[in-house]
Amino acid sequence: MIEESKSTSLFRLALRRLLFLVCLGLSGALVSATLVRFAPGFGVQERELDPRWSATSVEALRREQALNQGLVSFYFHYLSALSHGDLGESDSLKRPVRELLRQRLPVTGSSVLRGLGLAWLAASSLALLGLAYRGWLFEASTTAFNSLLLSLPSAVVAMLAVHLRAPVFLAIAAVVFPRLYTYIRNLLLRVYDQPHVLAARARGLGSHVILCRHVLPLAAPPLLALLGVSFAISFGAAIPIEALCDSPGLGQLAWHAALGRDLPLIVNVTLVVSLIMLAANFFADLAGLTFAGSAP
Amino acid sequence: MKPLQKVAASILCAIFVLMVLATFLLPAHYAHQFRDIPNAGPSAAHPLGTDALGRDSLSRLLYGSRVSLLLAPAAALLSTLIAALLGSAAGLLGGWFERIVLAATDLSLALPWLFLLLVVRALLPLDVPPLVSIAIAFLMMGLLGWQASVRVICAAARGVRDSDFLLLARSSGCKPARLLLRHVAPNLRPLFYAQFFISIPLFILTEANLSILGLGVMEPMPSWGNLMRGFEDFSMLSANPWRLVPLVLLVIVVMCFQLVLPSQEVTQ
Repeated sequence: MIEESKSTSLFRLALRRLLFLVCLGLSGALVSATLVRFAPGFGVQERELDPRWSATSVEALRREQALNQGLVSFYFHYLSALSHGDLGESDSLKRPVRELLRQRLPVTGSSVLRGLGLAWLAASSLALLGLAYRGWLFEASTTAFNSLLLSLPSAVVAMLAVHLRAPVFLAIAAVVFPRLYTYIRNLLLRVYDQPHVLAARARGLGSHVILCRHVLPLAAPPLLALLGVSFAISFGAAIPIEALCDSPGLGQLAWHAALGRDLPLIVNVTLVVSLIMLAANFFADLAGLTFAGSAP
Repeated sequence: MKPLQKVAASILCAIFVLMVLATFLLPAHYAHQFRDIPNAGPSAAHPLGTDALGRDSLSRLLYGSRVSLLLAPAAALLSTLIAALLGSAAGLLGGWFERIVLAATDLSLALPWLFLLLVVRALLPLDVPPLVSIAIAFLMMGLLGWQASVRVICAAARGVRDSDFLLLARSSGCKPARLLLRHVAPNLRPLFYAQFFISIPLFILTEANLSILGLGVMEPMPSWGNLMRGFEDFSMLSANPWRLVPLVLLVIVVMCFQLVLPSQEVTQ
């Protein structure tokens, strides 16, 4: 009976989060539609500048445009196109945004995933190692290295990667790692100082058992939340890194779009990235809730 | 305060004083070109040499540091003010207002910050005078950088709302204005300071990233990010290692801010 109520409350919570996610996504889409609609040069066509077109034809052309340009009907068109996966056309590249995304997303996706994997592996193993040894030399050197990495702008890390001919994912890992390490280390320190861990140690349990049975269940929900946040950090870091390392991904696309003031492109790229982020956060939250529900 | 923090704080103070005094120390105007000595090495007249256009590097560094070091705190002040207003209003009022503010915060926290900055930058013209580009860069960071602080401040304000001392003050007939100024604000003040100091290094780094990408402060105005453009050319850097001074200065300042911060967080 208790189990059932727990699972239904979990289900209800998940449903509420999903509804919230849909609302957020919709409002994000409306904001981006507004930005596209009020972008400089919206609705202006090159034909209007062609001297061979007579004034009446240009007027007719404008009137034809104006039919579609009522704000409400524009939102409706934008949203219905969006639901079909049509994201409009890029102004500077003269190609559908959808096609550009299909080409660029896998590049960024693979480097972000590999970079995140590496950063998580390095950060968590280094944090665990630091807790196992607790020597001042280890602590001082990792703290110094960490704060050095934290103080480097990601663009400088990217230039270093260019110089060392390192792959993009390594640069992303170098940007994400220090942020993860500090958080994971502080979290583990806090959990290891809990009285129940002290009691477990006093009973003579092995370090593996303490870690798996007593520390991880407590640390898992915040770690899963951190997973969602680290996605956002790595996508943000991808912009300067891909721009400077000349990797044809989403970050480089966004950079070119900002330089070319191509609003339809950058707004839609940002919309897609934020939808990915929201979905990642949703799943991280859900996993955290399940974990928190199942923990003793 | 630990000794290490004292050292960091004094380094920061020294750098700040140097930057303010820079106006009197500048060997030349930051945009003045010594056209006959481009790419010169360090000399008595130009202690850090000149750049490819013959501009004195030391003057550019001092002036650029002033741009970065005075405007990052200004942007941090702006974002902390917004966060303080929104966060404490949300925490104290509660209800639907709190829910809306937190939802907006969630949405913008889910967005990678740099993407948001690029969207706003793309809305504004790129060929603007240098002073306007500075204003745009730092206003953008100040107006868009409040999200993380709002969550923290809102949680603290909620704690104050439910506290006994506020209940006592209210029951003894305290007016809302006095309640806010004498009871709520002093309790949240350490948190505002902490958020302010956390934002400064973040904004310094963001300015560097934006300027390196050509979307921040525009030439000929120098800033730390601007001075680091062209670092991809490592053969030039290894021949003229003194060109790395802006990066070294930036790293020192950001590290000092990180060292000074823990004491601020303890006061929460």
